[in-house]
Amino acid sequence: MKKRNRIFLAVDIIYMAMIILPIICGIVLKVLTKPPSNGINVSGAQIFFKIPMPIQDLLITEAQINSWLVIISILGLVLFLTHGLRTKNISRRQHIAEWIVEKVENMVKDSMGEYFIGFSSFIVAILGLSGFSSLLSLFGLYPPTSDINIVAGWAILVFILITYYKFKCGPIGYLKSFAEPVAFLTPLNIISEVATPISMAFRHYGNVLSGSVISVLVATGLQGLSSIILGWLPGFLGEFPLFQIGLPAILSIYFDVFSGCLQAYIFAMLTMMYVSGAFPMEDYFAKKQKRKLKKS
Amino acid sequence: MLELAIGIILGGCALGAGCAMIAGIGPGIGEGNAVAKACEAIGRQPESKGAVTSTMLMGCAVAETTGLYALVIAILLIFVAPNILVNVLMNAIG
Repeated sequence: MKKRNRIFLAVDIIYMAMIILPIICGIVLKVLTKPPSNGINVSGAQIFFKIPMPIQDLLITEAQINSWLVIISILGLVLFLTHGLRTKNISRRQHIAEWIVEKVENMVKDSMGEYFIGFSSFIVAILGLSGFSSLLSLFGLYPPTSDINIVAGWAILVFILITYYKFKCGPIGYLKSFAEPVAFLTPLNIISEVATPISMAFRHYGNVLSGSVISVLVATGLQGLSSIILGWLPGFLGEFPLFQIGLPAILSIYFDVFSGCLQAYIFAMLTMMYVSGAFPMEDYFAKKQKRKLKKS
Repeated sequence: MLELAIGIILGGCALGAGCAMIAGIGPGIGEGNAVAKACEAIGRQPESKGAVTSTMLMGCAVAETTGLYALVIAILLIFVAPNILVNVLMNAIG
């Protein structure tokens, strides 16, 4: 019994290290590779190295590295929460895990219907990845969601899902869906089809990026203000950051925590709405019934 | 002459970014309307607060999209476009 307990504890510690170590790695990487800069600095993700490719060089940037760190961290968290599942007198972490699963399944059932219940794991993956990516800026790291490449990747994934569910009634049904409700609206329908992933990517990325740009501008402005007021004092007192204490933190609560979580929720909600809206449920089941009748 | 050309490029980019952000008016009015109606609805039926709030946040996020398009264009004009345009100018001069 005691030996089992010790193994359980050891595995727990490994999982906890899996949660924490990636973030520490990211911070160390940032400290080691950050170029010296002063004053206002709004720049994209830092490029670590390039992999030569036939059409265009593949850039390995801070955004990709950070998003992989978040993925490893979430994997550790999930393994930690589901470690040691029991059917009787369940532990606290199992309560949390069950709560997450129940909430997400209810959400998916409410907004997509019973047919799409298998989507709940995909939705919770998007929620977690997007939310924790935005929260990464609390550690001073570059949030991957403020790089359009990462978010556009997710949006393209959602677009593929939408197209797959539109194809459920065969290619003819897919082409027909563009000519609805009237035939001459076809070009507009094609434009709106293409606009879906673009608007999803821009919405998420624009919100997170605008938050970080405003934070940098406010921090720089406060620095200028405190140097105006305290600048005439000699030595250390002249550089004392009077206004930078506390004020940027209030902004950070809105832009990093609230806005990031809200955007994750909205991205997941839009995914659910688009995918369930793209599926021609009645036609599909009518067709299925017909095929069944033909067989029998 | 070259300084004048580069100055025109930088000024044009800044003006363009400022003009693009006029688009912020639309989402502002739209979201204000949405929140006002949501407040009314909650006042009428306080028990439906949760559903109304989540639907309102959803609608606000969708209404925000046009503003964010403008924001992306403004950011591109300020931080990306000047470099590219100056490079194009330099290549044209040779």
